[in-house]
Amino acid sequence: MKVTGLIIAVLAGALLIYATVDFPPWGDPKSPASLHVSPHYIEKTIEETAVPNMVTSVLADYRGYDTMYETTVIFSAGVACFLLLRIFRRKESAERLYRHVLTGVTIRLREGKLPPSDDFERIDTAWTPHDLIIKTMCRLLVPFIQLFALYVIAHGHHSPGGGFQGGVMLGASVIVLAMSQDLRTAVRRLREKVDALLCATGVFIYAGTGALCLLLGANFLDYSALAPLLHVDPIMARSHGIFIVEIGVGIAVMATMIWIYCNVSSRGEYDEGL
Amino acid sequence: MGDWLHMLVAKYNYWIYITLMMIGLYAMIAKNNLIKKIVGMNIFQTAIILFYVSIGVKKGGTLPIIEHGHGGHSHVIHAADYLNPLPHVLMLTAIVVSVATLGVALALAIRIYNRYNSLEEDEILTQVREK
Repeated sequence: MKVTGLIIAVLAGALLIYATVDFPPWGDPKSPASLHVSPHYIEKTIEETAVPNMVTSVLADYRGYDTMYETTVIFSAGVACFLLLRIFRRKESAERLYRHVLTGVTIRLREGKLPPSDDFERIDTAWTPHDLIIKTMCRLLVPFIQLFALYVIAHGHHSPGGGFQGGVMLGASVIVLAMSQDLRTAVRRLREKVDALLCATGVFIYAGTGALCLLLGANFLDYSALAPLLHVDPIMARSHGIFIVEIGVGIAVMATMIWIYCNVSSRGEYDEGL
Repeated sequence: MGDWLHMLVAKYNYWIYITLMMIGLYAMIAKNNLIKKIVGMNIFQTAIILFYVSIGVKKGGTLPIIEHGHGGHSHVIHAADYLNPLPHVLMLTAIVVSVATLGVALALAIRIYNRYNSLEEDEILTQVREK
């Protein structure tokens, strides 16, 4: 298998390298990829959508269908992880570890028994060190990460950013919490049901904006139809429509990242995570 | 000789991506461990992302963001002054989708491990054949 694999990889690589002989050189402004639709996007983005960041305008407006289905792909990945892994049945005779907060003494209790006093905190069986510095630093950093993520989503029209990047950052802030404390703390902050609902809400906001345009008499995802609702001219309406859609993408991506992380790290039990 | 050097300078980055891609392909075919196969898949995806971003470059172009877009003074915009935004858009979504596929792949690996108590492909195959 190893030899076959090597032969296949080397052959395919040689063919691909042979194909690059016909490629335009790196950085050539006259390369075919830069000649057909992209000049239109670059030159008309301000005129047609009032968004200076072309990546955002192409993402959410010119190629709106593509992005909508990408969001759907992410949503279905979250659902797939949930359906593959989630276990609702509790294991019998499972043991739990509790640590006495003041002295650091750890005790092992059978499932269902409660620790002798309130000074005990539950800890994971696989990973037990008591890292005060990591816990405190992560707790302090989470709000700033979230603030920056919101900035990245909201400022995607004028600087690099948008729904995908900001959504991943929002998801990462909750995952940081889950990694530094434990999974139960993060799930207590953002319940599984809320997370799944947020995931669907994000896709719904995107598709709903498109359907609203349809109801107002324009094509699907043609945001200029939203102008009467937003009290702006049609060009600005496209800009605002892109923003609404980016919020939907951000919510969907955030919720899916957290959903996948919780399911994969706890093997679907939502009890003891990484 | 001069021709070869010219081609090397113009295309060496594509060759690096192809090498990277083939490393990923080899890992997916030849590695026995499922997690290593998943890592190979991610290397493959990363190579394609780099390849696309490389296509979008134009010499003398700047970031695809128009400065002072709402300044009122409408200076003429030339397509040659800005990078091609299209590959960036495609790869932006591809990065997030690759994270999602990684999640699904890991979920499948966990299910396989729960069932066969192993992530080695040959051990799983012998267990499957015995049944």
